[in-house]
Amino acid sequence: MRKKNVYFLFVILSLCLIVVSALSILYGSKSVDMETLFDALFTNKESFSISVVQARIPRTLFGILAGASLGVSGCLMQSITRNPIADPSILGINTGASLFVVVGIAFFSISSPSQYIWLGFTGAILTAILVYGIASVGQSGATPIKLALAGAATSMALMSLVNTIMLPNSQVMDSFRFWQTGSIGGAKWNMILVLLPYFILGLLLSFYLSSSLNTLALGDELATSLGINSKKVRAMAAFAGVLLCGATTALAGPIAFVGLMVPHIMRLLIGSNMHYLLPLSALGGSILLLGADIIGRVIASPAELEVGIITAILGAPVFIYIVRKVKIRSL
Amino acid sequence: MKKQTREIIERVYHHQRKRIITITIILCIILCILMALSMMLGNTFYSLNTVIQSLLYENIPGASFTVNTLRFPRMLAGVFCGIAFGMAGNTFQKMLGNPLASPDIIGVTSGASTVAVFCILILHWSGNAVSIGAILGGMLVAFLIYRLSQGIGSNNGRMILIGLGFQAFLQAVISYIILRAAQYDVANALRWLSGSLNNVTIEEAVRIVIVVIFMGSSLVYLSRRLMLLQLGEDFATTLGLNIQRTKLLLIVNAIILSAVATSISGPIAAVSFLSGPIITRICKGNQANMLQAGLMGAILVLAGDLVAQNLLPARYPVGIITGILGAPYLLLMLFRMNHKGG
Repeated sequence: MRKKNVYFLFVILSLCLIVVSALSILYGSKSVDMETLFDALFTNKESFSISVVQARIPRTLFGILAGASLGVSGCLMQSITRNPIADPSILGINTGASLFVVVGIAFFSISSPSQYIWLGFTGAILTAILVYGIASVGQSGATPIKLALAGAATSMALMSLVNTIMLPNSQVMDSFRFWQTGSIGGAKWNMILVLLPYFILGLLLSFYLSSSLNTLALGDELATSLGINSKKVRAMAAFAGVLLCGATTALAGPIAFVGLMVPHIMRLLIGSNMHYLLPLSALGGSILLLGADIIGRVIASPAELEVGIITAILGAPVFIYIVRKVKIRSL
Repeated sequence: MKKQTREIIERVYHHQRKRIITITIILCIILCILMALSMMLGNTFYSLNTVIQSLLYENIPGASFTVNTLRFPRMLAGVFCGIAFGMAGNTFQKMLGNPLASPDIIGVTSGASTVAVFCILILHWSGNAVSIGAILGGMLVAFLIYRLSQGIGSNNGRMILIGLGFQAFLQAVISYIILRAAQYDVANALRWLSGSLNNVTIEEAVRIVIVVIFMGSSLVYLSRRLMLLQLGEDFATTLGLNIQRTKLLLIVNAIILSAVATSISGPIAAVSFLSGPIITRICKGNQANMLQAGLMGAILVLAGDLVAQNLLPARYPVGIITGILGAPYLLLMLFRMNHKGG
């Protein structure tokens, strides 16, 4: 694909993101108009509508960050595992983060976002190592089917443990139930501030690695002969990917399939050059997440439906489509 | 065939047969002990004598209500849901030739649960209607998984992956239904979703007993044909088996079993998945072992329920215990599969 087209797509997606963000701020059980939005942003007026807008701004910003993180993280994982179905939810990484968070809530009475992040991140990284380790034992390495089954098995194990901790304790159940289905509804400014450093670190690291990842895609041997330390690049990219998805999962709860869908759609549009794929996946992730969030508010109005449910409902058919397309050899 | 060879084959055959009969008897004995225990143990302990007396004729104050109304339906439902899950799982695993392809992993049970949760929480149905809905849900999902994995070089791995996709989708739908349901129903629904024998009534227990008697015996009848299928489809055709019809019969029977059981006890985790492989390992050989798998399922459910009710500090639904049991086994099996080169 020519560079010009990539820039064109970039501009279109940016415009889409602006439109979706505006919709996300304006639309809800109390809709406001553009004028109020400008008043809220640029003046010091005060009214009910303006405070509604001010409450929706952090949610929208958080959605943009979370979506971009998930998109980039999925893109990294698919690239380093050379596996079309790598996604935090399929690999059971979300459940690992869940277990650590629920242990934190139940036994260490943890409630602040910065502590959630560390727990979620630790859980995510341990589970990622476990699942990938189990799946790659044996001759044929980590094939999609082995990864998916290892993920399902690990999820089942960890979910039983989560239930064991949660069920007898109604207080934990209550605070965890809202966390368990991913949602960006509770986003506050302090959550954005907590997420931001991890987001920037993960994003910079992945952009820094993008040319090495491109070389790695040629195959390990060729990459080594071109002077790339493939183990180091893989480990760093995996770190960036788990950092991004672990931090997001810790704050928003498990949001499935964003990391699966977005890189696939982008790859269909622009091919697999990581230089373009990573930023476009970030944009696409934000658009998808905000869009799903708006859909959740529209169909369940006046209440709202958690964004994690919408992305799973949208994403599962895409997953099945991908599985149908993958050649049998590579299963 | 030489006389000697035939003698050896016959001896092996008889040995294997004897072995399986012994195993079946042992399983029956274990199951009877567990049944007796689950009638006796609980908040108050009743001796076996009291249990039998209050079941048969006498009205013993206190004991009669606990034993006849609370513990008996629970025990009955535990045994027969266990048999249903065990047989259904065994059928799917043997038919698809993959020990991972049990209905609870590839989304068929989730299809039944989704419809059952919808009927219970949104439509406020109960009884037979829920069971029929669950059967239809399970069938629809099984049909879709089957259709979607056909025509592109059908392959069991693809079928399992598509099933996992359905699983994710249906879980999201279930979460959606639960979030839209009334607040006071939610705790119950969550408990039910992890598989629980709480609040089983005698009508429900009788329903699963009837279903197990009909569908279970037809599966036992079909298990000879299942053995032929296991030899490979070409070979089975040569031996005069109508493959499509046999598969259809097996699937329909297995889905009815697991869907009705799901509509009563909820999806008790990992029972379908565990029973078949455990039995295959104990019995060795490549028989279908349908009856034994059912017995193993019943033992798993009853033992899990006893542990969940009596040994732990809080009263957990049985599905959590079996789920914790099932997970390490799954991991172990993945390791073994990997060592064979997957």
